[in-house]
Amino acid sequence: MKGRVLTRASSWSRGVALAGLLALGLAAAADTGNPPSRVPRPVVDAGQGDKCVANTDVMRRNHMRLLTHQRDETVHAGVRPRDTALEGCIACHASRKTGSVVGSDQNFCQGCHAYAAVKLDCFECHSSKAQLTSSAADDGKLAGAAQ
Amino acid sequence: MKIAYREINSASPRYWAAAGALALLALLGLAAAYVMEEHGHVITGMTNQIVWGVPHVFAVFLIVAASGALNVASIASVFGKAMFKPLAPLSGLLALALLAGGLSVLVLDLGRPERLIVQMTHYNLKSIFAWNVFLYIGFVAVVAVYLWTMMERRMNAYSRRAGTVAFVWRLVLTTGTGSIFGFLVAREPYDSALLAPLFIALSFSYGLAIYLLVLLVTYRATARPLGSVVLARLARLQAIFIAAALYFVVVFHLTNLYLAQRQDVERFFLWDGVYSALFWLGQVLLGSVVPLAVLFHPRLGKSPKAIAVAAGLVVLGGIAQMYVTIIGGQAYPLDLFPGMVATSTFYDGVVHGYVPSLPEIALGVGGVAIAGVIVVVATTLLRFVPERLDDSLIAGLDERVGPPARATT
Amino acid sequence: MSTIDRGRRQLIGFGAAAVAGIAIAPGVRLFEIAAAKAPGDPVSGKVRWGMLVDVNRCASDCSECVRACNRENRLSGATRETDSQWIRKIDIKDASSGRTCSLPMMCQHCAKPPCVDVCPTGASFKRADGIVLVDRHICIGCRYCMLACPYKARSFVHEALRDQSPEVPRGKGTVESCTLCVHRVDRGRQPACVEACAASGHEAIVFGNLNDPQSEIARRIASYPTTQVRADLRLDPGVRYQNL
Repeated sequence: MKGRVLTRASSWSRGVALAGLLALGLAAAADTGNPPSRVPRPVVDAGQGDKCVANTDVMRRNHMRLLTHQRDETVHAGVRPRDTALEGCIACHASRKTGSVVGSDQNFCQGCHAYAAVKLDCFECHSSKAQLTSSAADDGKLAGAAQ
Repeated sequence: MKIAYREINSASPRYWAAAGALALLALLGLAAAYVMEEHGHVITGMTNQIVWGVPHVFAVFLIVAASGALNVASIASVFGKAMFKPLAPLSGLLALALLAGGLSVLVLDLGRPERLIVQMTHYNLKSIFAWNVFLYIGFVAVVAVYLWTMMERRMNAYSRRAGTVAFVWRLVLTTGTGSIFGFLVAREPYDSALLAPLFIALSFSYGLAIYLLVLLVTYRATARPLGSVVLARLARLQAIFIAAALYFVVVFHLTNLYLAQRQDVERFFLWDGVYSALFWLGQVLLGSVVPLAVLFHPRLGKSPKAIAVAAGLVVLGGIAQMYVTIIGGQAYPLDLFPGMVATSTFYDGVVHGYVPSLPEIALGVGGVAIAGVIVVVATTLLRFVPERLDDSLIAGLDERVGPPARATT
Repeated sequence: MSTIDRGRRQLIGFGAAAVAGIAIAPGVRLFEIAAAKAPGDPVSGKVRWGMLVDVNRCASDCSECVRACNRENRLSGATRETDSQWIRKIDIKDASSGRTCSLPMMCQHCAKPPCVDVCPTGASFKRADGIVLVDRHICIGCRYCMLACPYKARSFVHEALRDQSPEVPRGKGTVESCTLCVHRVDRGRQPACVEACAASGHEAIVFGNLNDPQSEIARRIASYPTTQVRADLRLDPGVRYQNL
């Protein structure tokens, strides 16, 4: 005996059954809104971040676009706003313990970026620490500059 | 007469040794690029004074040679010399391979190579560098189409048109490459309209030299017959191209020597230090005079070994020339205050020192190896190389060629 | 009675208005110059920032401008071949007469910058107010602008950096140069080198709006002979030198 030979009909019905199971599984997952995940969801220290620029879901999806737009405005047109400058974001969102938005997976920027596996390029050049007298909070007084 | 093309036989241990060596060098180049990106350029010999080093020497050499390697095919398609038709597909392949090798080195040396996508989407149209990016990408497309018209029998009728487009394109491309340096008004060793035609002449010479080397090595290694007529024609062309390149170099330096303003620059390049040695011994003697002497010699000029040596010397001389141009040009200090002697903490007024580092050399050689790997793989998988290029085949193609000469190995 | 009163009142009224107008007018003019731009506003071409260096006042044993720049921008201050130097002191000696002098050299903020022309991505750009900058988000680190600069003003960051100033982001793999302290200028202050030179007592550097004929710098350029370095290249730098 060479073993059972799969007939066309039986392999087709297997495929349908598998597809049906998958669909049910996905539907169930979507239904609860909380897909099963092996990676623990991040618990981030959002700092003081309460009076955000916009709602959390809007910011989650669009913060990169807002940042890109703002950086072009600042670099090319010299527009230096208080709240939507990167320094402003950091001033509010820096962890109150470490004063930074990166450094551990509990920090605001690094936590979600590590979870989503999206490389954070900003802090190779930008300072990630909130300053005591950040210019975003207090125009005219420059943080860290020798007086 | 039908020309039969055949894939390279990969069955021999020598083939795998060669392919393996090239692959290893290419991998070392990639490793060097990774290390440079991780630690920054501080581990290289490049500094704020010499910003383009050995990788760029190799990259520019490969890119210039790439456009010149297409010449052989152009002579067949554009200038209608039927004798060169069998040589054309390999010429097109070499052009693509050399360009790929040169561009890899250029991209891998960037301070931010991951931002290549930024370069592809943001163009400053006033920058000759940006224009070069367009031209390089276009060159790949144009040569790919040209190869297709040559190798797909049904498209053969269009190979003349494709060849003309490719020919014009590569002239514009090489003019652009020369202008990268020629447009630099800041630096006396560069700032010259003559650099563009010089690079065109160099491309003819380097490209053909590499083509000759690849041809001779391939036919020797695969024991395919290579006749003396083909070799004689290519050798004569090589001599003409070396002479043309030398002409532009001579005019460039003679003009500079005439100007009081450029006396110091000329002393730097022709008399003092390491760059003069590279210029006279590398570029002029080994790279131009000796090959010319060999190629015009009544006996040596017909010997495949001697021709290979001459071609190899042209390549070495070319790399020396690129080193003198690119690195020597940066070593000479900028003259901010004519008639004054300047000193500062930022190396004003002094010749800038440069010591090539191992990662740079590995990256540059890696680019050559990438080109080599492409050629080896392509000729093994596809039919780029004619089965034979002996004199009887050539005689059949070109009526003006006389009876086949005495065959030499 | 009312006719006479009205006439006098009108006269007094006009007089008061005229005096008030004369009193306020210079203030309006000063405000327009001093606060050339509020931080939230975009820059405009109405202003062109420039500097004037009086070489006679520049002492060859003083590098306060360099030290201030290093502090302000958190540069290392080291002078190896791979270290960034945004401003440096050049000591010049006339080859025939032997006369020596010293001056600071930095990005000259040309009106026709070759570095902007050659940048393949457009990262090197000139702002509307004349300051030439590198947009380090777009810079791919090809260093072509460094070849093109006639003043060798640009530096490449050869290694990873830490503890950058939040006002002055800088990082490995990009090119940088004197920003004319754009983060200060945009907030109505002066570049660090200018302030330091003044504080040291030499007062060799003047900073201001070249487009404003009433500014200190414009008045000096109009009255005294000044030169631009490598003026034959016709790049029209924003930095000029007096008594060179």
